[in-house]
Amino acid sequence: MTDTPKDTITLFSGGFLKKRETPQKRILRRFLRHRLALAGLICLVMVIIGVLFAPLFSYSPTDQNALDTLKPPSMEHWMGTDEMGRDVFARILYGGRISLLVGLFSSLLSIIVGTLIGAASGYFGGWLDNLLMRITDAFLAFPTIFVLILLASLLLAQNLRWLQNSVLLVILVIATLSWMLPARLVRSLFLTLRERDFVIAAHTVGAKDRRVIFRHILPNCLGQIFVSATLQMAYAIITESGLSFLGFGVQPPTPSWGNILATAQTYALFSPWLAIFPGLMIFLTVISINYIGDGLRDAFDPFSVQARK
Amino acid sequence: MTYIIRRLLQAIPSLLIISVILFFLIRLTPGGPLGALERNPQVTPEAIENMREQLGLDKPLPIQYLSWIKGMLLRGDLGMSYIHYRPVTEMIGERIPNTFWLVGISFLVTLLVAIPIGVISAIKPYSFFDYAATSLSFMGQSVPVFWLGLLMILIFYVTLKNPMTGLPLLPAGGMHTTGQENNLLDTAVHLILPVATLSLVWIAWYSRFLRASMLDILHEDYIRTARAKGLRENTVIYRHAFRNGIIPIITLIAMDLPSFFSGALFTETIFSWPGMGRLFWDAAKTRDYPVLLGVVIINAGLIVIFNLVADILYGFLDPRVKYD
Repeated sequence: MTDTPKDTITLFSGGFLKKRETPQKRILRRFLRHRLALAGLICLVMVIIGVLFAPLFSYSPTDQNALDTLKPPSMEHWMGTDEMGRDVFARILYGGRISLLVGLFSSLLSIIVGTLIGAASGYFGGWLDNLLMRITDAFLAFPTIFVLILLASLLLAQNLRWLQNSVLLVILVIATLSWMLPARLVRSLFLTLRERDFVIAAHTVGAKDRRVIFRHILPNCLGQIFVSATLQMAYAIITESGLSFLGFGVQPPTPSWGNILATAQTYALFSPWLAIFPGLMIFLTVISINYIGDGLRDAFDPFSVQARK
Repeated sequence: MTYIIRRLLQAIPSLLIISVILFFLIRLTPGGPLGALERNPQVTPEAIENMREQLGLDKPLPIQYLSWIKGMLLRGDLGMSYIHYRPVTEMIGERIPNTFWLVGISFLVTLLVAIPIGVISAIKPYSFFDYAATSLSFMGQSVPVFWLGLLMILIFYVTLKNPMTGLPLLPAGGMHTTGQENNLLDTAVHLILPVATLSLVWIAWYSRFLRASMLDILHEDYIRTARAKGLRENTVIYRHAFRNGIIPIITLIAMDLPSFFSGALFTETIFSWPGMGRLFWDAAKTRDYPVLLGVVIINAGLIVIFNLVADILYGFLDPRVKYD
């Protein structure tokens, strides 16, 4: 998009002169050259390790200590203690498990649903495309955050047996309202790819629709789907924390970054560390994912020229 | 013109689908819309039965839906709040101006800041300014609004004090200081933190979008032609590039306006700003479904209308777009 003719020339001549490089290698090389994306990746990996091996680094997230309530950060409690004397650092690590889990699975779900709908719509066209796209339009016209809260409050009130777990509920609710953009993206990719020669060739040799979709067209969309998945994940993490913050997401006592922040709000005026650290974790995680997404976008785009040095 | 009519007709089914989905979702809830009352020991079962009849909840669902949609279209009737026993339209009506003030002013601030940032970044891409603006905008896109709001309160209410009086520098919530309900200046002071919170996030998105849009345009042939004619750089940028670069922004704004109301939800909740978002949150806590449904319907309507406006505006502003 921002390439100057000079860059383009070096890119193409470079492509001819250099030894052939596998696409995977090229993507990796380009990604690694994006320094902020690399920093984001390192940061995210650190968060994931911290969260996975939480018991190694921290106190128990549930141990209460009536003598040590609302203590500011110290050597003993790195992020202070909360109103029940629980270690905030431990709660953030354990809450991170939930927040990352919700982010990962709801984005995965929305990407899978979106990809299937977009692929069917773009590949088959006709009335199916029309129907699916009208449904997509209707879902896009929902005021997302309001409907999320409405849905979550309805489902939480129901006490359904299979939805006892508020974490599962939040994953489903977020995915229900976020598959539309991936669906549109995949549809537009399919619309252009299905006219390409290699697809026509596949048809000519008698490949079935399913094979053409999954073996020929879909692999060519994976890069863009990947980029969209990172954006979805960042969105899902922010949305989960927002929902839980308002009280309609993950329900206490299960900790998540959002509901830790919600309880912190009450005490924030006198114990600011309670509010600062959970938010900081959300912020760091989301910005890391956003930078990774940016790096992937550059890496996967066959025409992009690295402008960052 | 025919295009406009056709787009209007297209919008109707999608609004209908939305309303049907929402209506059935809510009415099918076990515990029912009167769930909150049923749990109240002071309300007798007979009284509940009476209310059920009065609100028409004993009739079959399709009839309830039809009467609801008829009342909504003909009389702007969104039903009665189950908690406050007041018309939902009235309750939303008195909150909407507050939300409009908050969103409108934040929006003006956003444009005033984001446009210069975007244009300067695009004129000097990969300069120090551009890097700083890009990093800041990444941060703005990644920060949770409600946390930003909390930080604002921590900084400007808790930490910083007015050097004259020793009171907090800025108020942390509400719309007025008690006893000063008609003082505009007082309201303006109460607006500072919510507006700052909302605008910061939008500035992040808009400055980046404008930068990309301007960069695209600056590579166009007609910009090269303008430069080749010997026009001054300022003329090229402001008369030729900016005018075209702003087109996608205008349609983006029209598309985004309804989502600004959603964004205001968190801000209103944190700063206790008595707007539509705060009303929604309070209603959600008490499961006041008619109010929830009303707010969702109004926002969905806004989204459909503004998408329409965006489409039409785009054709109007950009003569290259042709509809058949």
